[in-house]
This record gives sequence, structure tokens and C-alpha cells, in this order.
Amino acid sequence: VSESHPRADLALRAEALEKLLVDKGLLDPAAVDAIVRHYEQDVGPLNGAKVVARAWVDPEYRRRLLADGTAAIAELGFGGPQGEYMVVVENTPRVHNVVVCTLCSCYPWPVLGLPPAWYKDPAYRSRIVREPRAVLAEMGLALDPQVEVRVWDSSSEVRYLVLPERPARSEALSEEHLRALVTRDAMIGVAVVPPPRDG
Amino acid sequence: VNGIHDMGGMDGFGRVVVERGEPVFHARWEARVFGMSLLVRPPNAPSIDARRHAIERLDPARYLTLGYYGRWLERLERGLVESGLLGEGEVEAQIAGRPLAATRPAALPPRPPAPPHPFVRAVERAPAFRAGDGVRTRNHQPPGHTRLPGYARARRGAVVRVYPACVLPDTNAHGRGECPEYVYAVRFEGRELWGDAAEPGTCVHVDLFESYLEPGRAA
Repeated sequence: VSESHPRADLALRAEALEKLLVDKGLLDPAAVDAIVRHYEQDVGPLNGAKVVARAWVDPEYRRRLLADGTAAIAELGFGGPQGEYMVVVENTPRVHNVVVCTLCSCYPWPVLGLPPAWYKDPAYRSRIVREPRAVLAEMGLALDPQVEVRVWDSSSEVRYLVLPERPARSEALSEEHLRALVTRDAMIGVAVVPPPRDG
Repeated sequence: VNGIHDMGGMDGFGRVVVERGEPVFHARWEARVFGMSLLVRPPNAPSIDARRHAIERLDPARYLTLGYYGRWLERLERGLVESGLLGEGEVEAQIAGRPLAATRPAALPPRPPAPPHPFVRAVERAPAFRAGDGVRTRNHQPPGHTRLPGYARARRGAVVRVYPACVLPDTNAHGRGECPEYVYAVRFEGRELWGDAAEPGTCVHVDLFESYLEPGRAA
């Protein structure tokens, strides 16, 4: 087993393990296919974007979302594993929220899909709690020193979603257009939603 | 356990590397390992807490080099071997094209019926703390699983949110019962956690179980 080619080694091991599990009658490969398809095609940040856009256009929904994230997100049809107790934290002109899991890689799957590699990597997990301004600046978000940075370390089963600020010059946009502006990174809190491009 | 997984505040990992247009899975094997891990639950790790602890028990150097789904693969393989569902060396033999023996059928124990909620539990007692209360975390360093990050031990903070009672990972990971406790989002000022190195105007909220906390004065 070559340590210099760990990924190739892991691919072989995974393939051998799946074959053994199927031969032993412990695994139905079609069930694996279905799970993979679900997380590759059905679940992703678009779900979270629907939640955010609704909160931007509907003050009553926004109030429910901040009071009981799980229930308000379920109104739009989203829930399930890694989203069973959702808390939504709101950005304001004075407060910026950002989410991490320093101990593993907890992440709200039903609204954001599976986490990107950087969220799971040691650099983000180790640094965002200690030097959030520096990390955010490196990632392209330079915050005003007057803005308080609140980091949320997902150390329990509670999962956090950031409600970004609605961007300037978006008053005339429909809910559907607003959805398209919302990014995954803004809902983790490592970005803000930029104003719509002119035209 | 004071493990490599407890990364908050560590130095030396460099810049955060963001990949543009990243796929959900980087290789087919990652997708297969993800799916297999959701479907095949080795009996020695029946809970999410036990499965997290299984990752924490990996060799620290391997933890860093395997990558996320590599850790999942190693956890699954080890769990199956420790549960007697896979023979020692059986995967290597399969890779080498020399299967160990005629494959014997095996069976997983039936999954217990799902509780009404995966981790929230009803308890009789009231929460010990309220929003606004000052607390101090215990210097809690158990040999087993815990969800109190090392950087937040023996620190002063303030409760900002009170969550329902939830299954306690410290006991549940080791099959010692669910022992539900209230969970609190506790706010720690940057300076309390990082001293002189803290950036101004920053704080960290950590979700902490009641037994991690004692009454205190917020920093």
C-alpha cells in the first residue's frame, strides 16, 4: 500500500469494500445510487436560497424563520438528516455571522447540500474561530472594523444558517430573481450577497 | 479525547483553499463511501456520537492525510472489522484478487425503532441557566467523546440561547445511555478565548451541554 498515492489506494479500498458488502448481503448498491443521486441532484444551496429570498420579501415569514428555523424551513419542504434542529442567525449592518464546525464538519445538509472541501479542511476549522476577520478577508470579504463578527461553532446537533442582508438595489426584484443572487457562501457567512448587476 | 480532530485555534494549516466550481463528490469512490456509510451502520457504533468518536480514534497522522471521505472509509472498514462482519485483511485480499475464503453471508442487527426525534428528549427538570446568565465551562477532558472543544474549556461566557434537552454525546457515544441535558449557545468574547491574539470585535458561540457548565460571571 503506497502512502504516496493515498487517493488511488482509497478508491481501490472503497471498491473492494463495496464488493464485499454486496457479496455478504449487507448492501444493496442501488440504494447507494439513490443516496448519491439525491445529494448530487436534489439537495443543494438552492434550497437555502429559497428560504432566504422568502425571508427578504415576506416579513412575517422572516419573523417565523428567526423564531423557529426548523418549522419555517419545513414550510418550504426542506428537512431531514442534519437539519432536524435549525437555527437561523441574521446579519445586520452591525453584525456579521459565520458558521463552522471545529470538531468535525457539521453542516445543514437539507438547505445547503453537502459541505465544500474548504469547510471540512483543517485551515478553515482551526482558524475561523481565532482570526475570523483575517480568514474572511482572505476569502474576499473585508468587513468594516465596526461590524461585530459572531462565529457559531456547531458543537451540538443544532445546525446554523446565516440569513444574509438583502443587497442594495434589489428592491424591484421578484422573489425568484432574489433567489438567484443568494450564494452558498453567503449562507455559511464567508461572503455577503452582492447587489445585482446593472441591466 | 484530546484528539487531532479538535482543531479550533490550532496554527500551521495555512490559507483556506477554495475550489471554484467544486463538484459534490471529487471522485466516484467518495460518493460510494458516503452512500455506504449512511446505509451500513456497524453494530459497534450505533449512534452518530459513536460514529463521530470512531473518527476521533483514528491515528492522528492518518486523520490528517486521509481527507474527509477517506476518514469515513476507514471508519466504516474498522467498524465492520471490530463488529466481526469483515475479516482482518479481507479488503486487502479482495484488492489483490485473492479473496480470503468463500464469502459468507452476514447480517446487520435490525435497526431499533426511531424515536420521535433523533436527539431532542423531554426531561422533567427545568434548565439550570437562562439567556443572559454568566457561565464558566468546566475543565472537562474525558478520555472518551465530548463536544466541548478544547479552546472553550475553563472559559467564561454568557448564555445567549437555551435549546431543548438533547442526547448527551459524552455518554451516548460509549453506550452509557442518552442522559439528555439542556444545550446552551454560549457566547465567548474573542479576548477570553485567545488573549492578546484576539481580533477586536469578535466572539465565538459554542453549543454546550449543561454538565459542561457551572455558574460564573461572563467575561
